Amino acid sequence: MPTLTYRDALNQALREEMQRDAGVFLMGEEVGVYQGAYKVSRGLLEEFGPMRVVDTPIAELGFAGIGVGAAMAGLRPVIEFMTWNFAVLALDQIVNSAAKVLYESGGQIPVPIVFRGPNGAALQLAAQHSQSWEAWLSHIPGLKVVAPATPADAKGLLKSAIRDNNPVIVLEGEMLYNTKGDVPEGEHLVPIGKADTKRAGRDVTLICHSKTVAVALKAAEQLAEQEGVSADVLDLRSLRPLDEAAILASVATTNRAVVVEEGWPHCGIGAQVVDVIQREAFDQLDAPVLRVTQADVPMPYNKQLERLAKPSPEKVVAAARRVLYLD
Amino acid sequence: MVTATAQAASDQTQVELQRRMLRQMLLIRRFEEKAAEAYALGKIGGFCHLYIGQEAVAVGSLAALRVDDYVIGSYREHGQALARGVSANAVMAELFGKATGCSKGKGGSMHLFDVERRFMGGHGIVGGHVPLAAGIGFAIKYRAGDQVCLCYFGEAAVNIGVFHETLNMASVYKLPVVFCCENNRYGMGTAFERVAAVTDVVEHACSYDMAAELVNGMDVLAVHAATERAVARARHGRHPTLLEVRTYRYMGHSMSDPLHGVYRTKDEVEEQKQRDPISHLALKLKEDGVLDDAGLDAVDAEVRAAVEAAVKFAEASPDPDPSELATHVLAD
Repeated sequence: MPTLTYRDALNQALREEMQRDAGVFLMGEEVGVYQGAYKVSRGLLEEFGPMRVVDTPIAELGFAGIGVGAAMAGLRPVIEFMTWNFAVLALDQIVNSAAKVLYESGGQIPVPIVFRGPNGAALQLAAQHSQSWEAWLSHIPGLKVVAPATPADAKGLLKSAIRDNNPVIVLEGEMLYNTKGDVPEGEHLVPIGKADTKRAGRDVTLICHSKTVAVALKAAEQLAEQEGVSADVLDLRSLRPLDEAAILASVATTNRAVVVEEGWPHCGIGAQVVDVIQREAFDQLDAPVLRVTQADVPMPYNKQLERLAKPSPEKVVAAARRVLYLD
Repeated sequence: MVTATAQAASDQTQVELQRRMLRQMLLIRRFEEKAAEAYALGKIGGFCHLYIGQEAVAVGSLAALRVDDYVIGSYREHGQALARGVSANAVMAELFGKATGCSKGKGGSMHLFDVERRFMGGHGIVGGHVPLAAGIGFAIKYRAGDQVCLCYFGEAAVNIGVFHETLNMASVYKLPVVFCCENNRYGMGTAFERVAAVTDVVEHACSYDMAAELVNGMDVLAVHAATERAVARARHGRHPTLLEVRTYRYMGHSMSDPLHGVYRTKDEVEEQKQRDPISHLALKLKEDGVLDDAGLDAVDAEVRAAVEAAVKFAEASPDPDPSELATHVLAD
């Protein structure tokens, strides 16, 4: 199986879907001539031309709305945001148009659109450029939200997102684009709504998504080496719909869980996961579920402070030790 | 003589078109009067924005479209839906929230949809649907079609950022869209000149290198002619146009507002009613000798009966089944 970067896996998904379906087009800032702010769209303008790889002005709300309108008229737009921090400007179109038109039209007009781009902190980009929006986006009925952690999942989920008849949010990561992994060639589809066990274990469940999958895997390694603890690392992959069955199946085995996310703690994804566990698996729990999140502050610029603010393997190990009553 | 025959046929077509427009405007007027009554009786809920006074805009402009063109509007869209051919029954039933409504009772007054007539919705966030129109125009161009998208919005939407983002992109990408600004002078209770540095909306087109035209919105024939020119530019040259159609709403912003309120005088409303688009066209048809009082009464009686039937239909229709609560959140 070929080894690709996350960036090239996304590129491959876009290329394959644009080859497969003439209605698929890519629109966003710097996607064409510049080849993508993060080079995800490299080579696509040359292959598909300017009608299908569309450079836009810096007008997130406007081009998000153009995408929704095009989807209402039957195309399959992929709207790239340079980062989700800028997509906040487009939330009206995502929330009030994309997520609503099917329902308020009584089912007459589907909106098959993908909104994608990097989410969460990179390195020292400070408060406005280091935010995780999945809790906001996952709150909205009418949207699907996925957050792939690996190149293979990035390809498979983006392809599924493009083929889906609904608005799908694809959360990528600046720090993920260069990561490498095996990626199946051709028709590789990861179903939306299915979590994936990234490491099997029996003592504690580490529930994570996107960049925190690597954090949880590192923590699992440390737990195994230092404590002889076997951690089950469950990558949610989809945040809406949430794979509740997979969460409950793992917790039924381990009886303990830690939820790791890059977002802030208040009303976060972890809060939703914990609700599922307390509601459906209360009797199976041997300890309260703990959460590891970004610190409840705007992201600082200073490198040391930023490190303190982010979830880390050490923080996950500490939380796991607590739910295992090792402290 | 061929030319004389052709001229007579053309005149006849014009007369028929004008009679059709008169009927549509009257239908909208009577429909909205009945909607106001039903609202007062509690049969229609939520927000309800009436079109009375603005009938010539929808009727004149929609007469310039083909059936395969697209239409999209704001939340003051009952008249546009009716003029596009959505049945009075389906619109009234939607206002009543019934399963037989054009959006199955799930949209209501602000969200009328009819995909078969390419009526792409009423939308409730001021200006929010303006980029959707450009997106529909983008899809038309993408498929190399020759349809156009006609987009209605009020003058208050011109102060919204996305209006400017959209006009810029529609012009850059050369999209077949007609942006029809219905300038009824007030955004809710705020006079446009109190909140707009530039009060001639058409002037904004200059910033985006776009064709524009200022239109008397109380003259249905002027609206029709201007829209025909704009549609031709969109259809044949893929050039968008900004139309500023000066109109006036006789009613409050929504049913929860008083008729004239403190932001405008009763005299102003009465004065504007002297420009009434329906009376204006009826008078012209009478002067042209193609309509008399009896003819006008007959049209009025016919549309009143249609509206009455629509109310009966809406009242007799069932509420959506409780199972409809969770349908259409996601498509299959």
